[in-house]
Amino acid sequence: MVCLAVALCLPPFYLDAFWLRIGLFAMAAAIGAVGLALLTGTAGQLSLGHAFFLATGAYGYTWLAGEPGPGLPPALAALLAVLLAGAAGGLFSPVAGRVKGIYLGIATLALVFLGHHVLLTADSVTGGFNGRSVPPFTLGGFTFGAGDPELTVLGVPFGAEERLWFLGLALFAFTWFTARGLLRGRPGRALAALRDSETAAAVMGVDVARHRSAAFVVSSMYAGLAGVLLALSFRRVVPDYFSLVLSVDYLAMIVIGGLGSVAGATAGAVFVTALPLLMTRYADQLPLVAAPGSADGSVGPTEAARYLYGAAIVLVLLYAPDGLHGLARRARDRIRRRRPRAPATDPALSPPQPAATARSKEHTP
Amino acid sequence: MTVFLDNVLGGIALGAVYALVALGFVVIFKASGVLNFAHGSLLLFGGYLTAVLHDDLGFAGALALAVLTTAALAGALDRFLLQRGGQDAHSAHVQTIVTIGIDIVLLTDLSRRIGGDLLSLGDPWGDAVTDLGPVTVADSRLAAIVVSAVVIGGVFALFRFTSWGLSLRAAAEDLEAASLMGVRLGRVRAGAWCLAGALAALAAVFLAAFPAPGLERSTGLIALNAFPAAILGGLASPTGALAGSLLIGLTEALVVGYQSELHVLGEGFGDVAPYAVMLLVLLVRPTGLFGAKGAARV
Repeated sequence: MVCLAVALCLPPFYLDAFWLRIGLFAMAAAIGAVGLALLTGTAGQLSLGHAFFLATGAYGYTWLAGEPGPGLPPALAALLAVLLAGAAGGLFSPVAGRVKGIYLGIATLALVFLGHHVLLTADSVTGGFNGRSVPPFTLGGFTFGAGDPELTVLGVPFGAEERLWFLGLALFAFTWFTARGLLRGRPGRALAALRDSETAAAVMGVDVARHRSAAFVVSSMYAGLAGVLLALSFRRVVPDYFSLVLSVDYLAMIVIGGLGSVAGATAGAVFVTALPLLMTRYADQLPLVAAPGSADGSVGPTEAARYLYGAAIVLVLLYAPDGLHGLARRARDRIRRRRPRAPATDPALSPPQPAATARSKEHTP
Repeated sequence: MTVFLDNVLGGIALGAVYALVALGFVVIFKASGVLNFAHGSLLLFGGYLTAVLHDDLGFAGALALAVLTTAALAGALDRFLLQRGGQDAHSAHVQTIVTIGIDIVLLTDLSRRIGGDLLSLGDPWGDAVTDLGPVTVADSRLAAIVVSAVVIGGVFALFRFTSWGLSLRAAAEDLEAASLMGVRLGRVRAGAWCLAGALAALAAVFLAAFPAPGLERSTGLIALNAFPAAILGGLASPTGALAGSLLIGLTEALVVGYQSELHVLGEGFGDVAPYAVMLLVLLVRPTGLFGAKGAARV
């Protein structure tokens, strides 16, 4: 664990801004994906509205900290933006508490379209089609942006990306530990019980409507936090980014990662975020791909990236329906099963391993 | 009054086209429990084929070939990709995401081919109009209403009177029992996907016909408006899809028609009005207008 934490602190000293930006987007996506994993994976409520809550966080921060707007201190604005996203989730709870499954998925789809409409129309707050630039984050006089104060650590000049990396890392660590705590404690079990059988959970004393709404609120708050970090990394927010495509990307993240686990959601987020960016950058070195802007009918790097992204989703899910998390678990089981074979004298005496073969309970979305 | 009638007729025509798409969603959902996100790109695929082929084969021939090819593509996607995942509830969820992947690949390829062009489908109606009393209607809209009514009637008859329809209804009711009774689930499923693909290709013609400028790469996105239509009526109910589609079509046409009076809601509210209506309906009836409330078993 400590080794991992140290390893995650190293990249700003060795990698250039391109890689750091990928890392930042991946961390922001991971925070949002953990929130969605909580909602869709654990509580079993399908949501296609994640982009709306991301937008609430991003625009909330931009408006609260910027001009025109109240111009609050950025740290306070970020906190309020997260609460605002939570409140938006709470306002949706009359629907979230009643509507289930695919119906909830499409109902939340409505949020994305209505939200997009509001972002385009409410010019004075959101800047309309062209969006707004995001004020940099400051904490106690230290700016997470370029310059002011100039900072050089171990001979490496610390620009915006390097500083934001550590902010992102801190926020991600916060998300990781709080989400795991939630999932392993009482609320997580109540939500899992709710997912597996609503009636049984209600009989056991789980307040169904309250837990469903609470899951929605908490998930929206994580999305809001992710939105703030995304806004800071983009430095400009535009309505078209927060479209249905973004929601679908988040859903793809948690399914590719494996439903209902924090580590899986993180892995899925890194996969989905980094793949298109890497593809776009290195696609010209792949065969059959033309340089951007060449003749019609040839495959450009952006398109090649989309092809591979789509194909990757299909292939991962065909060959690993439990996602990357399931794949990792299977690999671990296989190693574990192989190891006792060397010293074991009689296979009949070794303890049975039901966990290795038993498939986990099916998730009903 | 004339304006109102105009809008209502436009709404019904739009609703009829949405019904073709929404029925596709419902048939696929009934047969496989999958929400097909690739439906928009299947629709675009059908429209693109018609547009490319109509110079050589004439409109009717091109449309027939496009409908058949799209049906075959949809069936093959289900048979060779989705059905590998199995039939239970968890895998239906995974397969829904697989359709997202399929959609990304198909849509990327079609957008690359279509580029920024506006393709004409060569439909016989052109920009001709007919006078019906006080209102003037585009022929393509009348054709949309008539063709949709005939096709949807045919699909309902298929559900009601053929053995495939019976198998589909049985499978939707209880997968295990149906398979024990000798229903070949794989074939029934693939058949449902073929039907949905054919309906989507047909809908593409009317979505690209006269009042619209032609087939463009964003035409597939219009199919998304059939999502609220299908949900509104209850996702497992074909009748509901029909009612929902008409409601959504009318809402959209009326909101667009009276936009100047409704400008408080912002420009372009017509595009999102279907979703607002859907949210209101779901608040009152969480499983749609015609959806049955399932009995809970512990």
